[in-house]
Amino acid sequence: MKINLTINGKSRTLEIHPSETLLETLRNNGFNGVKFGCGTGDCGACVILLNGEPVNSCQILTAAVEAESITTIEGIGSMDKPHPIQEELVKAGAIQCGYCTPGIVLSAYALLKSNLNPSIDEIKNGIDSHLCRCTGYVKIIEGIKNAAERMSSSPKHCFGNKSQ
Amino acid sequence: MKMRNNASRYKSDNDMKVVGKSVEKIDSLSLSTGGARFYNDFHFPDEGYVKFLYSPHAHAKILSIDASKAKSLNGVIDILHYGNVPRILHTTAGQGYPEPSPYDAVMFDSTMRFVGDRVAAVFAETPEIAEEAISKIKVDYEVLPALFDFEKAIEKNAPIIHPENDKKYLIPAYYEPQRNIVAKVEINIGNLEKGLEESDFTFDEIFYTHYGSHAMIEPHGVVTYLDENNRLTIITATQVPFHVRRICAHVLQIPIKKIHVIKPRIGGGFGGKQEVFLEYIAGLFTLRTGKPAKIVFTRKEVFRSSRTRNPVRTRIKSGLKKDGTIHALSLDALMNTGAYGSHGLTVLSNVGSKALPLINKAPHQSFKGISVYTNLPIGGAYRGYGATQSYFALGQMMDIMARKIGIDLLEFYKENTIKSGESSPIFEKLGEGREGVKMSIKSCGLEECIDAGAKEIGWYSKRGKGIKNGTRVHGVGMACMMQGSGIPKVDMGAAYMKMNEDGSFNLQIGATDLGTGSDTVLGQIAAETVGVDIEDILVKSSDTDFTPFDVGAYASSTTYISGEAVRKCAFKIKEQILNIAAEMSKQPVESLKINDKKVIWDNGSINLGDICTYAMYQENQFQIQATASNISQVSPPPFSAHFVEVEIDTETGDLKVIKYVAAVDCGMAINPKLAEGQIEGSVLNGISWALTEEYRFNKKGAMLNADFGRYKLFTAADIPEMKTILIPTDEPTGPYGAKSVGEVAINGPAPAIANAIYDAIGIRFHSLPITVEKIFQELPYSDFIMTYK
Ligand code: FES
Ligand code: FES
Repeated sequence: MKINLTINGKSRTLEIHPSETLLETLRNNGFNGVKFGCGTGDCGACVILLNGEPVNSCQILTAAVEAESITTIEGIGSMDKPHPIQEELVKAGAIQCGYCTPGIVLSAYALLKSNLNPSIDEIKNGIDSHLCRCTGYVKIIEGIKNAAERMSSSPKHCFGNKSQ
Repeated sequence: MKMRNNASRYKSDNDMKVVGKSVEKIDSLSLSTGGARFYNDFHFPDEGYVKFLYSPHAHAKILSIDASKAKSLNGVIDILHYGNVPRILHTTAGQGYPEPSPYDAVMFDSTMRFVGDRVAAVFAETPEIAEEAISKIKVDYEVLPALFDFEKAIEKNAPIIHPENDKKYLIPAYYEPQRNIVAKVEINIGNLEKGLEESDFTFDEIFYTHYGSHAMIEPHGVVTYLDENNRLTIITATQVPFHVRRICAHVLQIPIKKIHVIKPRIGGGFGGKQEVFLEYIAGLFTLRTGKPAKIVFTRKEVFRSSRTRNPVRTRIKSGLKKDGTIHALSLDALMNTGAYGSHGLTVLSNVGSKALPLINKAPHQSFKGISVYTNLPIGGAYRGYGATQSYFALGQMMDIMARKIGIDLLEFYKENTIKSGESSPIFEKLGEGREGVKMSIKSCGLEECIDAGAKEIGWYSKRGKGIKNGTRVHGVGMACMMQGSGIPKVDMGAAYMKMNEDGSFNLQIGATDLGTGSDTVLGQIAAETVGVDIEDILVKSSDTDFTPFDVGAYASSTTYISGEAVRKCAFKIKEQILNIAAEMSKQPVESLKINDKKVIWDNGSINLGDICTYAMYQENQFQIQATASNISQVSPPPFSAHFVEVEIDTETGDLKVIKYVAAVDCGMAINPKLAEGQIEGSVLNGISWALTEEYRFNKKGAMLNADFGRYKLFTAADIPEMKTILIPTDEPTGPYGAKSVGEVAINGPAPAIANAIYDAIGIRFHSLPITVEKIFQELPYSDFIMTYK
């Protein structure tokens, strides 16, 4: 079947199988930054933003999100133009294997979009649906905190129109 | 305290520019923007997918397999099972050759030895078709009696799990599969019985550690294809690419030269990817059909059918003199290797060899260990590698002894632990599956670790104080530990480096970065040695065609072993550069230095790029390049002291870890931030394993909770306040004074928390995990709580 979606600000028509998950659809279409870690909605590696809200893409049937808007890690920043959250995670040493990172960046993005001055507890809760086995979360929390501080000076600039 | 290495061994100026600095991890921006590629991000247009059929029985013989219905499904390409593959014995342990693990595995067998043992594999055009085909394979089993209790493994009537008589080690090692014995180790120093007799107090306790999953977030997997010359290319999530190549060549019975292994970015390993058990299956499908083959493990498969932490029962005996000196100490370990014996000898050896030398002053010591088969999931390499298991026992025994004679635990550790300049006979007697090496400790910051950690946690204001907060009571505990740095005289790492016309360098290393940051750390060592920035070093690692050999990422070896190979290699490059510069400038070579991308002398300079250009195009042309290998004669231990404060609800048993302090002597931290990251990750893994992670089995030996919903890892909201303290020391045998840091810190949480729980409620837990339910059940027996009330 065919489906229309907006992915990272571009509208796309994709050929999908009715039982396909959004995780599969996105990966099949070159969005490799969406990661598979469990398939049961327990790890957060597959998180994307659906209409701006973080969701586990392994738990969503693509057929159910016709015409909705999706942001993947590829829509947040790039090597040439990284997002402050991505840069601050790098600086904090928050990225070891980096497999959990895309999902965490997206959850942090959603958190900071609604709250640019989060407490440490709010940051912890904001990424609580993500598992990271490498870091112990310490430097991830620090990186998000630093990103929030940096972004509060120019918030508009940091939530570009690509993401919804 | 010994001050940090000033690197004067290597450099005329003391100014370290790259080493010792927290430079950004070189692959982290591509990881954070989602562009970095893991094995599953390599797609081939005609790739097929592999799915497995697993045994539902813990122990069974396959009487017949009928795969005809599955085979006839549209889209099924090929099917493998014991009936159509050669029976090539091997070990799946990704270790050096000859492996110190028994050759007891084959690709597919007619005997099933645990729930999750593989019966068959289907190769199909889509994963869904492969799944469907799996459900259509018909298997008749004869169910055999199963062995689940590893303490009964060597009893007379126990089911025998590997009765075949062709299974063996390639090395001289004790192996008695007819009694389920995978390995046996025994060493004695002095005379334990005499030592115990001479002691004023003796102790005898038994501790149990449980199964654990590495739970790396990227599941295992591989993709294979034939390149244009029909060589088998294997892109795999591995810690040991060169061992993958060797083991696959053996199992597939093809020459090593026919195989090319590439390690892309890896989503964590922790030992779980030091195992070669998927690559040759995908490889065989590709060889048989010419098609690319992909295996992506599900999380359930990772839990059940990959590898785990070996459960161990440790009986620990000790003898203590009134003056607080430990006079006798013994560990008697029984280890469950599960259905296959991968790492069964070496993890067992480490139960003794990584713990006993810490208490080096006890003149009477002994270590006895036996590893046994059971019909349960397979053990293997897991960060800590046996030491994590023994420190649960030793760390609590230290607390028990100190309390017995009323001496402060910190003083007790300081009195009885190894110091710089000292040795332990264990180092020489007990290696990894063979004799060890003689060595004395050249760097030890353990006392400083103890002092710094105690200060940070507020030891003296909290220990034994029973501080209360409503129904909740606080306790503090601590433990000390060590590990090693590589396997001496065995682990080898090599590096190759060449120079480019813009003054950049390609560094090619066999070493394997599985998320640890070793590419960055090794790049820093190269940059520092030559005298350039990290940005000028282009690091490529772990490709069996394009990088030199390295044993891979295990045994805490990369920074220490491979790092020294890189340092030697980069030093040769520097010499070549200076010689050419001398020729170009007509200056004596001794007067030249490299600084700020230039060779400089009193009143002149040449750009590094110009030197390379000259060497390539102008006079006596040659490529500025070098290679170096490194092995170590010793394995200097990193040391660590951990402190933890817990709070326990005296009505519900609810336990909260309030604060965790890990003070670590890893020598010189090449990259302090990355070193801290290794420690923080180890600590949280250790806490989570000690308190919430647990394999639950049903009566048939099937793991019941094979998902992250029910196998509970700590999340961000669960973490305590964590504090990491690096205590720098100078290890003269390591590159720029470095030792290892990857494993040591996982050994602390279980004993430190158990000791803190005792401090709070006076209950000693002898088995893991220490769940809230277990605490709740013990609360009525707490004398401490009685006195609080
Ligand atoms: S893969 Fe979707 S939550 Fe783990
Ligand atoms: S960095 Fe490896 S899982 Fe988070």
